[in-house]
Amino acid sequence: MPAIAIQNVTHTYPGIGRKRPPTTALENVSFTAETGQTLALVGPSGCGKSTLLELICGLLAPSVGQVESEPAALTPQSDLLLPWLSALDNAALPLRLHGASKQAAREQAAPFFTRFGLAGFEHSRPDQLSGGMRHRVSFLRCLLAGKPVLALDEPFASLDAITRAEMQSWLTDALRAEPRTVVLVTHDVEEAVLLADRLLVLSPRPGRVIADISIDLPHPRKRTDLQITELRAQALEHLGLPA
Amino acid sequence: MKRVLLPLLAIAALIGVWALYVHLGHVNADDMPAPTQVARALYDDRDTLWSNFLVTAREILLGIALAVVAALAAAFTIHFSTTARLALYPPLIASQAIPVVLLAPLFVLWLGFGLLPKLLIIALVSFFPLVVTTTAALQRVDPNLLKLMKTLDASRLQTFRTVELPAALPGLFPGAKLAAVFSVIGAVFAEQGSSTSGLGLLYMITSNNLELPEAYAAVAILSAFAIMLFALLTVIERRALPWAYHPGR
Repeated sequence: MPAIAIQNVTHTYPGIGRKRPPTTALENVSFTAETGQTLALVGPSGCGKSTLLELICGLLAPSVGQVESEPAALTPQSDLLLPWLSALDNAALPLRLHGASKQAAREQAAPFFTRFGLAGFEHSRPDQLSGGMRHRVSFLRCLLAGKPVLALDEPFASLDAITRAEMQSWLTDALRAEPRTVVLVTHDVEEAVLLADRLLVLSPRPGRVIADISIDLPHPRKRTDLQITELRAQALEHLGLPA
Repeated sequence: MKRVLLPLLAIAALIGVWALYVHLGHVNADDMPAPTQVARALYDDRDTLWSNFLVTAREILLGIALAVVAALAAAFTIHFSTTARLALYPPLIASQAIPVVLLAPLFVLWLGFGLLPKLLIIALVSFFPLVVTTTAALQRVDPNLLKLMKTLDASRLQTFRTVELPAALPGLFPGAKLAAVFSVIGAVFAEQGSSTSGLGLLYMITSNNLELPEAYAAVAILSAFAIMLFALLTVIERRALPWAYHPGR
């Protein structure tokens, strides 16, 4: 059984009065994701990528069609750490919400700080961390939610190119250590090709799946590999962009 | 250092202008006493002023405490229930539009000359800024954060406790500062309606007797108390919410 099954999903947001007519974000979208797969969704702005994630996370119900997914945790676009909590307490938040004591939650989260390159930053407040560090903590929080599916919404969009490249290889390692089914929304085709096992290209709004590219390459991948650049060109072509 | 020095300089300059105006403007001293006369009254009447100050300060602090409890309860109710928001906001606004001078004698009529009518008046004037700022702060919380909390299986109450309430705290303080200043004005009205002691009453009696230096001395103490409350809240705010005040440190 697939971890995520999306069947003929159309989603329309209701309009507000006369000024905002209803908008259809997704139209007749169908796909499945196998357990452990990293599935990337790329497409132009406003093609309903984030809507898809919210459907998968159960934050929205589709207007038409069916969404079935194992429980999913969302990593939002901005890191959304709570500024009044330490990095460790931010990461341990899902454990606390599930009823662990403060102490137990910290003890459970602490080893991940060492494993994920955050050692020494346990007691820093989010505003004392760099952008990349904050994203690590945010991702760790998502991981510790203990859900089989991770929904990552443009997780590195706000980072500079160098930090982004660092975080991409960091994420690859992290997912190898802690395998999950991942849905990665990104507008960066290269990022998708580097990280994902499979790439779905969505059309401009209303979003439809216009290409389904499988990426059967071993990790770690190099962005300069011929196969990578070819897949990237292929995806860009579907988006109607020059490679 | 600048934080203390600059406001002191500004106040000194204001007093200087006042002194010059009285001395050079041929103002009748009975109409407007000079700062030196007020200072003398502050010193000569220090015992009376102090004992009356204690009465007023107690009313103000208790009144604010009452306002904070009531305002938080109202803000939370408004935040959790759209029905409550729609129903409560208009009467809340109306309650602020009714002049306190009108209410003070009514409260005395209903509740007697004790502490209660004064507390209610002080609470009433402090209540509104607290409700408005707290409600606004609660509603400003990033909707994405609320979505995130849902996917982390947080209950409504957990989301409120772990996210909304702390996020609203920095918004609560500006309201509390306004409330602190309003409460002093409220206390003066309250005491004029019904009182046997207090700086508000002292002001009324001395100004009716045209003992203006004494009246102004009472006002000076009230102003100083308002500044003190405001400053105290600022200090608490910085201590309690370091994450909101020292980004990057």
